[in-house]
Amino acid sequence: MSKKKALPILLSAALILILILSGCSSSEPTAKGSGTNAAGGGQTVVKFMHLWPEGSSNAQYKIVDNIIKEYESEHPDVKIQTEILGNDQYRDKIKVLASSNELPDVGMTWSDGFLQPYVEGNLFTPLDDVIDANLKDAFIPGVKESYAVDGKTYGMPLELNISYVFYNKEIFEKYNLAVPKTFEEFKTAVKTLNDNGVIPATVGNKEGWPGSFWFMYLADRIGGPTILTDVIDGKTKFDDPAIVQAATEVQNLVDMNAFEKGNSGLSNDEAKGYFMNEQAAMFLTATWELPNYTTSPDVDQAFKDKIGYFKFPLYDGGKGTDINSYVGGPGVGLFVAENSKVKEAAKDFAAFLVKEWGERSVTEAGVIPATKVDTEGKDLNPMYTEILNDLNGASNVTTYFDTQASPNVAELHHDLVSALFGKQITPQDFVKQTQEALDAER
Amino acid sequence: MKTVMSNKWAIALYVWPALLLIGCLIYVPLVMTGYYGLMDWNGFAPKRFIGLENYGRLMQDSMFWKSTYHSFLLGIFSTLSLLLYLAVSLVLASRIKGADLFRKIYLIPMLLSSVAIAQLWSKIFDPSNGMINSLLISLGVENPPLWLSDPNIVLFSIFIPIIWQYAGFYIIIYYAALKNVPEEVVEAARIDGASPLQIALRVKLPLISSVFKVTIVLALVGSLKYFDLIYVMTGGGPNHASEVMASYMYGEAFTKYNFGYGSAIGFALLIICLIVTWLIRKLTTSKDDYQY
Repeated sequence: MSKKKALPILLSAALILILILSGCSSSEPTAKGSGTNAAGGGQTVVKFMHLWPEGSSNAQYKIVDNIIKEYESEHPDVKIQTEILGNDQYRDKIKVLASSNELPDVGMTWSDGFLQPYVEGNLFTPLDDVIDANLKDAFIPGVKESYAVDGKTYGMPLELNISYVFYNKEIFEKYNLAVPKTFEEFKTAVKTLNDNGVIPATVGNKEGWPGSFWFMYLADRIGGPTILTDVIDGKTKFDDPAIVQAATEVQNLVDMNAFEKGNSGLSNDEAKGYFMNEQAAMFLTATWELPNYTTSPDVDQAFKDKIGYFKFPLYDGGKGTDINSYVGGPGVGLFVAENSKVKEAAKDFAAFLVKEWGERSVTEAGVIPATKVDTEGKDLNPMYTEILNDLNGASNVTTYFDTQASPNVAELHHDLVSALFGKQITPQDFVKQTQEALDAER
Repeated sequence: MKTVMSNKWAIALYVWPALLLIGCLIYVPLVMTGYYGLMDWNGFAPKRFIGLENYGRLMQDSMFWKSTYHSFLLGIFSTLSLLLYLAVSLVLASRIKGADLFRKIYLIPMLLSSVAIAQLWSKIFDPSNGMINSLLISLGVENPPLWLSDPNIVLFSIFIPIIWQYAGFYIIIYYAALKNVPEEVVEAARIDGASPLQIALRVKLPLISSVFKVTIVLALVGSLKYFDLIYVMTGGGPNHASEVMASYMYGEAFTKYNFGYGSAIGFALLIICLIVTWLIRKLTTSKDDYQY
């Protein structure tokens, strides 16, 4: 081999070495920046992932950002490294990270059915000690329990959401419509709006869950407030006549053209556009949308002034006779990873975040926190104060059916709701297939 | 060069980095996928060995076969659209005015990322505010098709952007191949009095047939494992009407946490692709062909 050839060989050998080294390092957890010393100077780095990007959830983003800055200035030896994704991307990514055992030190989780497999897989650490130390009695009763498995709490709730029908007051006034108190009145309103070429309500069923809101409320009003929870607990069957009736009413609404065309192909955000552009008069959604109707600087004030809300109307002859029974549930909460290298710092930061979030989310974002908040003497948006009062007077909050169910059943439910709205299945098939899936898990 | 190539060790040295990379990045995960397919596994809890149960379930899973059917449908459409691409390339390669400009126009979709294309076409297909339906409504159509919501047409609606997306890629391949056809051969045919159509069909096409065969494999196998536009535009919905094998695999593994079953689907997908590739090669090779 001549000297001329030696150089390329040497180079390729060097290249191989680089490739091998870089290949190795990515599988080593220490290189992920979660260990100490990653930033030099003996700093502890806590990796934190959340789902409020600056663009789409500006208010929430800013609060979290400020809390992080405050925490870092109080703890100069700790550095919080954030990664931010939108809601659906976050859901996807967290699963991938979990399966490769690379969860961030602190991240966001949903309650009940979502949390379950992570706890069983031993990926989340119990947070009871840090809750007892810092946040005892801080949460609204019943919320924390949604994150508990076998008596241990694996998540610290941040949000609480309940759902309302938000409506465009201007459109309602134009056609002389009053806020419907009963389902019959609601149908009349739908008819009037339709006759005048306005889309009565918007719903995005590509992912299924927004449509499920309509179904869940109808089930609540027809079958009584506990019916869906009873199904999960196995006390009632999903093919209960009340649930069939609820599914039938959903299809009746579809037949009346109560929803925008082609809703089974639209995402929630796309469907929301119809409401924000005032093409649709109503939007059944949860209180996480409140900033868009109250505080968000990105939404025109003229539009915000037009938006009102009403509680889902009562059903004549239904068992759910209390209009103060809501469908809702805890939104996201914080988890701390079981195999985090900086568990103590992570727990401390998570508790700090939850505590501060409770105070600030009320005044700055206008969403409902899971922690008790004293609204006395605060300058709050009237719609927001009203909803906080509603919450205090709530007779029942049924946790979203898909949140309570296992991931398998939840996915099937989403598919079936989408099919129900698209009239591809009958109400009977809808309940039958769901019941089969529920039975398969018992 | 000869001295290097005659040294077996030198050959090994040059070959093994690529071999190592391919081995680590492709073959090891392949084997692992097959192995996970034998497990009952939700992604993070301990695995439980269940033998061929996942594969048995796969055989009886009507949803899997439906998605396979959709994938093959896409494969057939993509293959047929190759003829369209070929026709365009023939025109472009025949030195018409502005061929350069057109080539660039056709190439642009290829430069866009799939997600951007999906977003773009979702807007175009929007049931009330989209470009197509606004146009149809203004032309007096009362109930324009619900492109992405109607389970009967959603699959075909998605084929349109997919075919549009790959136009540039295949046109470039054909264009390059056609430009490589020796000028003397074409000249000779012309002197013999062949019409432009005859030159295209009898002279140029046979000379690029090997390229054409490769593109068939590319189009078919590419379609069978197609995922991105479908995932972004419909997520396989509504109610699985646009589900293909890859999106079904993704849904099982990452939304329902059935990693074991998802892996089995992935492995089945691999085997189906291998069989299809082998079949096409078998059907299209003749002795004097290059082997790719």
